[in-house]
Amino acid sequence: MVTEKDVEHIGELADIGIDTAELATFTGQFNAIVEYFDVLDRVQGDGAVARDLYNVLRDDIVEPSLSQDEATRNAGAQEDGFIKAPRVM
Amino acid sequence: MAVHTISFEPDDRYNAFLKVCAKPSHGEGKLTGIAVAVKDNISTQGIETTCASKILKGYIPPYDAHAVGLIKAAGAAVAGKTNMDEFGMGTSTENSAFGPTLNPCDTGRVPGGSSGGSAAAVAAGMVRMALGTDTGGSIRCPAAFCGIVGLKPSYGRVSRYGLIAYANSLETIGPMAKNVADVSLLMSVIAGHDRKDTTSYNKPYAHAPSADIKGLRIGIPEEYFGKGVDPEVASVVRKAIGRLEELGAVTVPCSIPSMEYALAAYYVICTSEASSNLARFDGVRYGPAADTKKSWHAAYQDVRKQGFGPEVRRRIMLGTFALSSGYYGKYYAKAQIARENVRKDFTRLFSDVDVLCGPTMPTIAFKLGEKSDPLSMYLSDILTVPVNLAGIPAISVPCGKVQGMPVGLQVMGRQFEDERVIDVAYAYEQAVKQ
Amino acid sequence: MIDSDIVVGLEVHCQLDTKSKLFCGCSTDYRNDGPNTHVCPVCLGLPGTMPVLNRRAIEYAMRVAKALNCTVIPESEFSRKNYFYPDLDKAYQVTQYDKPLAEGGYVEIEGDDGKERKIQLTRIHVEEDPGRLVHMGNAERGRYSLVDYNRAGIPLIEIVSEPEMRSPKEARKFLNKLRATLEYLGVFDPEKEGSLRVDANISLRGSERVEIKNITSYKGVERALTFEVTRQKNQLRRGLKVDRETRHYLEARGITQSARSKEQENDYRYFPEPDLRPLRVQSWVKDIVLPELPDARRERFVRQYGCSLNHARTLTGELKMANFFEAVVAGEKTGLCTLAATWIADTLAGELNYRSMGIDAVDAKKFTGLLDLLKAGTITDKSGVEVLRVMLDERLKGETVETPEAIVSRLNLAKTTDDEDAYIAVISEVIDENPKALEDYKAGKRGAINFLVGQAMKKTRGRADPDMLNRLMIAILDKYGAVT
Repeated sequence: MVTEKDVEHIGELADIGIDTAELATFTGQFNAIVEYFDVLDRVQGDGAVARDLYNVLRDDIVEPSLSQDEATRNAGAQEDGFIKAPRVM
Repeated sequence: MAVHTISFEPDDRYNAFLKVCAKPSHGEGKLTGIAVAVKDNISTQGIETTCASKILKGYIPPYDAHAVGLIKAAGAAVAGKTNMDEFGMGTSTENSAFGPTLNPCDTGRVPGGSSGGSAAAVAAGMVRMALGTDTGGSIRCPAAFCGIVGLKPSYGRVSRYGLIAYANSLETIGPMAKNVADVSLLMSVIAGHDRKDTTSYNKPYAHAPSADIKGLRIGIPEEYFGKGVDPEVASVVRKAIGRLEELGAVTVPCSIPSMEYALAAYYVICTSEASSNLARFDGVRYGPAADTKKSWHAAYQDVRKQGFGPEVRRRIMLGTFALSSGYYGKYYAKAQIARENVRKDFTRLFSDVDVLCGPTMPTIAFKLGEKSDPLSMYLSDILTVPVNLAGIPAISVPCGKVQGMPVGLQVMGRQFEDERVIDVAYAYEQAVKQ
Repeated sequence: MIDSDIVVGLEVHCQLDTKSKLFCGCSTDYRNDGPNTHVCPVCLGLPGTMPVLNRRAIEYAMRVAKALNCTVIPESEFSRKNYFYPDLDKAYQVTQYDKPLAEGGYVEIEGDDGKERKIQLTRIHVEEDPGRLVHMGNAERGRYSLVDYNRAGIPLIEIVSEPEMRSPKEARKFLNKLRATLEYLGVFDPEKEGSLRVDANISLRGSERVEIKNITSYKGVERALTFEVTRQKNQLRRGLKVDRETRHYLEARGITQSARSKEQENDYRYFPEPDLRPLRVQSWVKDIVLPELPDARRERFVRQYGCSLNHARTLTGELKMANFFEAVVAGEKTGLCTLAATWIADTLAGELNYRSMGIDAVDAKKFTGLLDLLKAGTITDKSGVEVLRVMLDERLKGETVETPEAIVSRLNLAKTTDDEDAYIAVISEVIDENPKALEDYKAGKRGAINFLVGQAMKKTRGRADPDMLNRLMIAILDKYGAVT
């Protein structure tokens, strides 16, 4: 059973911004889905995965970068080539 | 290479396109001058790419997805970006932030999802071919619902570089068209190794579809015709499989026990990966700007609350929950074991049969607004997700109608045997043409 | 002082000196260039991009693992560490979690008790660096941050020690040894600003563990830990508890401060990175050829050049200094070696440190020339120091550096000829000028000799041979009939 408090906590962990109006609906839906997931409890096996591809590596070669303009073009705010962001308080 | 321009002015009454390129240019190659629609979660240089989400409104990628580069090099013209469920999360294209796409066969019904826009664009004849993506059925479902052909290639056969990630270990880009030959042609252009995608294999596709399926062994999994599948849909598909038998194939009843938990495993894995993949949308480097006057966490939460639709936020929370400390073992770790079991089931079956056949979807296209409960929507994916868990190829080809709406026949094959899956679909298509 | 109550562990992050970043081809040489000029869609984390692992970064990390006697695990993989921060452009850091590249191993240091000790390591792994934040603004104008992603994606090696160090000093020694080893392996450039970052864990026995994050200088580590020891002891003395917490080190003030932020309660929700394939590189270990490492070089310096252990330790503590020493003594007999060792390890090191100069700035040939002058007795030690300082200052000011011979000539620093008469003349002068000193000497105060010798040295502007001066001074004083 997932409670509204649990859902609130997950919302904080995910920084997803749920408001109290949505909390009740979300919790109901959440519970139904998570209950459905409980079928996984019955799963047996060691999960040993047969990996077929490994050591996929590239050589240490320099390739062209984006220009400062291209790199910052999509950003909402820039200053002297830096990208502006809200400050962690 | 000479550069030409074509004119593209589709009558898009279905809201299939989010963006139309009115005068797309093109070069020369296998796809000379063919207007190809590209699903809006595939990056296109210089063309806005939103994943049908407000959080990416205005984002213009500075690079092309590898597959887009390939179709351009083959002479195709990028016709525009098609509508989809936001970030690929949905089975109906109703989760788009820019309105649903309507099914050209019946505008009161959904076109399927998440590649609903691409399917509608092809079905309505606006374009000859389209690129879609399939994470849990997102190419096959709309293909079935709109009555066109859609191939989910083997995982790793088409580069994912440039596909805006929803669930990295499950998804692939794939071709959609009205007929199997065109799907095969588009596949030949986009398949192949990409050194920018280390999960891609060196398996190019150069195959002309063949209708000869004499002696082919077809497994019929009982779970695909059991409870939850509409009896009329099941009947139409059985008839279609009967046609394959007339062509010389042999059917074998079989079972996939892991289907019991495949859907749960799928939703745990895809939401977990999504919760991580979608965390980068913070309004700092792209997308509608974060409010720099606020503190970081407040601004970040605001961006996500306003930018993501409810289904996306629901899945992010589910994924966060499944990965969180204390729950990882119960959900994510278990889902991976479940996934291995699904893979093993398919491997076991494919040592006896060559392909598996069944319906693509358990029902015909439902009405807009009909499935408002998230869980009931998830359950529609039950017949398509096992394929994504196992990474094998699967195609949906139209095989009849129920209540006037198209029904799709799904053909699933061994990993890397996309050619065989194409052949079975082709054989059926050619047989019913006559 | 060994305080058996202190327990210290370190997590050291070093930038690996590859040409391109860990997951993309952007150049790692970003320090002199403008912000966001060394980024591409991959390291900027643009949607749809994917990482491709740099082989050399893994090779470098394996060199370190072999040099530190770690066990490379058969199959390792990368994981995502999920958290939200403006300098982390994918909102996850690609790192290694439950399957790191290597485990175990050790670093040998000289313990505070003078004995060699092995500090065990827990693990070594590879991860990417995030971008760099600059905090701007103030309470009135509003605060915000500026982000530069040039550093995002730079390869890091993380070396985690067991909590086995017993003092801040031992922590510094561990760090120095580690730095030197990485430098000798050719995988790390210690002179690059910000190329090394340390998180330190410290607890006093019986108390909670405190983590100090993101210390960026070697001295800072010792200072931060020293401050913490004092702080924690004060807490306990007052009858208060030491809280288990994360603190930041404030370099400018030399203190640590509590970091009361959300980051402390983070649940990183690690899971394997689905876009990268696993590594099976255990078989590479046998083919790795290690260069001579600091300890071996130190032993060789003692053996081959007759250096004292202390000198050898100082000389081999930095790769460039060790190379400089060997360049200077190349082909020389043991005689010059001792002189060189002393002058490099004791004198030169100090003078360079004082001027914040690196040994790169010193011309080995000119330095050898100086040693030759000293060996030949042309100048005194004191003059030698003066010549050295002139050479360094000229270099510092960007002027042409003169040869030691030229300096000696220009400043007239050559030792006065061993002309006894000249010495006697100076001595007599000095005795005449300092009658009180003479009386003191006659009264039996030996210190008077030193005073008089000093005065004589002053008169000759340091050019006199002190031994000769001493000998003659005593001989002359003797004549005054005093007691010696």
